[in-house]
Amino acid sequence: MSQTMITGDIVSRFTQEQLDQNGYTVMNMGPQHPSTHGVLRLVLTLDGERVVDCVPDIGFLHTGIEKTAEVKTYNQALTLTDRMDYLAPLSNNLGYSLAVEKLLGVNIPERVSHIRVMLAELQRISSHMVWLGTSGLDAGAMSMFLYCFQDRERVLDLFENISGVRMMTSFIMPGGLMADLTEGFLDKVKEFLDYFEPHIEMYHGLLTGNSIWLNRTKKVGVLSAEQAKDYLCTGPVARASGVDWDIRRDFPYAAYADYDFKVPVLTEGDSFARYMVRMAELDESVKIVRQCLTKISPSGVYRTDDRKVVAPPKWEIARSMESLIHHFKLFTEGYAPTPGEVFQRVESPRGELAFHITSDGSNRPYRMHVRTPSFPHVQVMPVILQGHLLADVVVVLASVDFVLGDVDR
Amino acid sequence: MPQLDLQPARALARLLADRFGDKFLGLREDREEITYWVDSSVWADAAGFLKFETDFSVLEDLNAVDYPERNPRFDLAIICLSMKDHSWVRLKTMLAEDQPADTLERVWPGAQWYEREMWDLFGIPFQGNSDLRRLLLPADYQGHPLRKDYPVTGPPQSAYR
Repeated sequence: MSQTMITGDIVSRFTQEQLDQNGYTVMNMGPQHPSTHGVLRLVLTLDGERVVDCVPDIGFLHTGIEKTAEVKTYNQALTLTDRMDYLAPLSNNLGYSLAVEKLLGVNIPERVSHIRVMLAELQRISSHMVWLGTSGLDAGAMSMFLYCFQDRERVLDLFENISGVRMMTSFIMPGGLMADLTEGFLDKVKEFLDYFEPHIEMYHGLLTGNSIWLNRTKKVGVLSAEQAKDYLCTGPVARASGVDWDIRRDFPYAAYADYDFKVPVLTEGDSFARYMVRMAELDESVKIVRQCLTKISPSGVYRTDDRKVVAPPKWEIARSMESLIHHFKLFTEGYAPTPGEVFQRVESPRGELAFHITSDGSNRPYRMHVRTPSFPHVQVMPVILQGHLLADVVVVLASVDFVLGDVDR
Repeated sequence: MPQLDLQPARALARLLADRFGDKFLGLREDREEITYWVDSSVWADAAGFLKFETDFSVLEDLNAVDYPERNPRFDLAIICLSMKDHSWVRLKTMLAEDQPADTLERVWPGAQWYEREMWDLFGIPFQGNSDLRRLLLPADYQGHPLRKDYPVTGPPQSAYR
């Protein structure tokens, strides 16, 4: 396969002469390859079956979310955040909402913060289920995919129950939540946890002791702690390399300071360590959601009462002129934070997600930059993949677990 | 809300002022976030100083903002994290249009893609970046879409307008 058949500027880092001399092959993996989990293209230079060099090509899902946000009001831009990391929309909503609230200086009722924690952790479970299912599938464990998607479906049912939408919920919004919890929701969550918790054990039984899985993942795709820090890796990827860092514990946001959970850290840095860290995170998430259930009342306040940020309830609009004005102003203009900028980070299932919002005092974000967790994880691919077999590329990609919508934005 | 303790921030500002003299432009506190401003001529040096001589050794983010009416036109910011004492700072500089910024790739190899992204979307050239190509947009794309003077509806020549 010659270089020239690849259009554009992305080719191997080697010249044609070097390729010929060493007998290297340039191979295109993706953008439509099922194991790239989205539309990622890797230009691999191979020596036989060994990867000599890898050049990732991203941008196939670039939708200009940062640019679009500049012409939306703060409330409208919320719906854009769902579509970045489409496997964890609620984590994105949470990060964006916290950033806007910090910009406005709004205080959020405690119950809302606890509900946000619960939703973020349920989202982590659902996102990790997609990761576990697809990485099992990539390594040939097909049944994992079926079991995991079944479990994820149950979480999505819970989200549908409260928001009416399975995926792009936009349920967490600046100032609180879209709506109160539905009747019996907490019981449903408890039911789900009771159903799901034994499943983690089952997944361990299916994969952790499976010799094929061990052979495919152990000592494959090793990333050192230094490399992880230098390449901005965060989340489970960094924690599997021995970087003891979790935003939930180290910069507590929402109500995480009130929760008791462990941060699993391993030092091997290989695909198996990343797998074990995420599996341990599932246990911790279940633990956190169980604690949430004791702290959240079935119904109650679900928004801040700051009328400049969230609309007054319908019954109030019919009786109070002031509320009507607030309602009108909010839905025509929105709110305008004072000029300044904020940087707000949250721990999304994939790592550190941060919103860097600059306000110029108008009702639209002057600039919204999103530091997504997946972006540096794709960048570090050439470092991890160096010297690996072509078949291992698939396993490493799955173990790092990026979402291309999150990379390209 | 607890008031932010500005003592450590002022101490770091003194260190920066000692090191960079009048190239260190000052410290700003807003919404409990600390921003240090430096002149663009010491951009990479100040970042290296943060990494190697202070605890703020982890890069978290690189961001640019465009102010078309202002000269210098661009704000360039990095967020540096200290894993030791759980704090972070923002380092900022201003860049004129077409004025190159020094690359941070030698300080943090991971800055490479972030700089490519800023080159792609803002047209800020980074001097010394090993591979400054477009990252998100196609190689033959015209213009830099995150600039404020670039229409949201797309390039003027676009068939989809």
